Amino acid sequence: MDILYLLVPLSVVLVLLIAGVLWYAVRSGQFDDLDSPGFKVLLDDDTPRAGGAGERGPSDDATGTRDGER
Amino acid sequence: MGTATETYNYKVVRQFAIMTVAWGIVGMLVGVIIATQLIFPDLTQGIAWLSYGRLRPLHTNAVIFAFGGSALFATSYYVVQRTSQVRLFAGPLAAFTFWGWQAVIVLAAITLPLGLNTSHEYAELEWPIDVLITLVWVAYAIVFFGTIGTRRVPHIYVANWFFGAFILTVALLHVVNSVQIPVGWWKSYYVYAGVQDAMVQWWYGHNAVGFFLTAGFLGMMYYFVPKQAGRPVYSYRLSVVHFWALIFTYMWAGPHHLHYTALPDWTQSLGMIFSLILLAPSWGGMINGIMTLSGAWHKLRTDPLLKFMIVSLSFYGMSTFEGPMMSIKTVNALSHYTDWTIGHVHSGALGWVGMISIGCVYYLIPRMFGRTEMHSVGLVTLHFWVATIGIVLYIAAMWIAGVTQGLMWRAVNPDGTLTYTFVESTKASMPFYWIRLGGGLLYLSGMLIMAYNVWKTVAGHKATDAPIPAYAQAHA
Repeated sequence: MDILYLLVPLSVVLVLLIAGVLWYAVRSGQFDDLDSPGFKVLLDDDTPRAGGAGERGPSDDATGTRDGER
Repeated sequence: MGTATETYNYKVVRQFAIMTVAWGIVGMLVGVIIATQLIFPDLTQGIAWLSYGRLRPLHTNAVIFAFGGSALFATSYYVVQRTSQVRLFAGPLAAFTFWGWQAVIVLAAITLPLGLNTSHEYAELEWPIDVLITLVWVAYAIVFFGTIGTRRVPHIYVANWFFGAFILTVALLHVVNSVQIPVGWWKSYYVYAGVQDAMVQWWYGHNAVGFFLTAGFLGMMYYFVPKQAGRPVYSYRLSVVHFWALIFTYMWAGPHHLHYTALPDWTQSLGMIFSLILLAPSWGGMINGIMTLSGAWHKLRTDPLLKFMIVSLSFYGMSTFEGPMMSIKTVNALSHYTDWTIGHVHSGALGWVGMISIGCVYYLIPRMFGRTEMHSVGLVTLHFWVATIGIVLYIAAMWIAGVTQGLMWRAVNPDGTLTYTFVESTKASMPFYWIRLGGGLLYLSGMLIMAYNVWKTVAGHKATDAPIPAYAQAHA
């Protein structure tokens, strides 16, 4: 099973790389705030205005608070 | 930088979204044809180009890479732009990914029926096409990570982590799995042989399931389910944990495809253990997605897009439970080589991948043409029910056929001879092949309803590129 001498070290290198990216992401503050990112996606209104191009105002349902957040 | 008229690059999203529907119909039609061939083996009159062995890889390539791939390109380009609040990086390269990927698909549709096939499952395309795939994928990575690099929002939204991991891992898998020595334009040999080759094949094969068919679509799920529900992800913290747990543990599930083969026993057990571990992050993600609707369950009653997405997550939960169970060696002794495996795959493909993609395309299409919703919401609901009933018929039929086959193959008389011949198990499977064909036909007709609805939504409406909000540019 010579192939395992390729695939197993490859996985180990990959895990180290992933660990490095995780370490970097944590250090650079990506995960300091794990509450607001979920809401911020909703504040980005991507629904076109009915009957025309462009973004709709903070009008309806769903999030409710989006105008204040902006 | 930027003026008030700076817009998102919706063109490439639009192109991929439309082609998702087109390739979905093609791939599923070929699926229906080969399902019919299993009932009527002489259906295509012995024409070699249309034989089962050549059409089957066409079916899998078309649904995974053409339908699923187009959906992934469309959604990842949309999500990375919207969550980074910046136009797609390197527009011409993004256009190249679209035309390059379509070229790959067309070449696959020509070469596979001609019988040009490398023999690696889910990587059947010959080496010139492999080279083109590599070029497209490098361009994809530059466009995606370039957009992340130029983002106007400090935080990288969790969906982008999933998309990013999918892009990088698929690149690695494709390169390692495609090491071939060409002996002509359309013929090559792998450098691996025997059980080594089988190991590479399934290391690739299962990680393709994990990263192409799971991580990428989880990226979709983490953006479009909250958006459509109008609720934030149930637990953003859990979504981050889900991501890291999944990518740290996925890599070694592949050997479960090679139970009871020449593969060393410990490698088989390793594959089984990692497959069982995967149940935890998978269900964490599934629960996180479904619970996003908490407090908004009533929306499920009226919103067919949410129906697609939530049912998709239910199938994700089912197939990520079924998968680890089937990887247990004693269960695998019964299930392996039977139609149970086919049922399992389609629970993931039609249920999880198909329904989340369909839901997301229904979300994207109106927005790509300046409309607020699809032409007919009623037809979306109809599509949902047709597709759901189709899947249930398909999976249930394959479960019964698979277990029947497994039990008949292992049945032994007191004197040690086999109780049943193989053809008896085929005969016993026939009624279920009919039910499977019915299920497949329903799912395909759902796609045709979708195509009509998309056509009516798009026709007569101008393609619109949404402006990037001024506040995002101001903070640049």
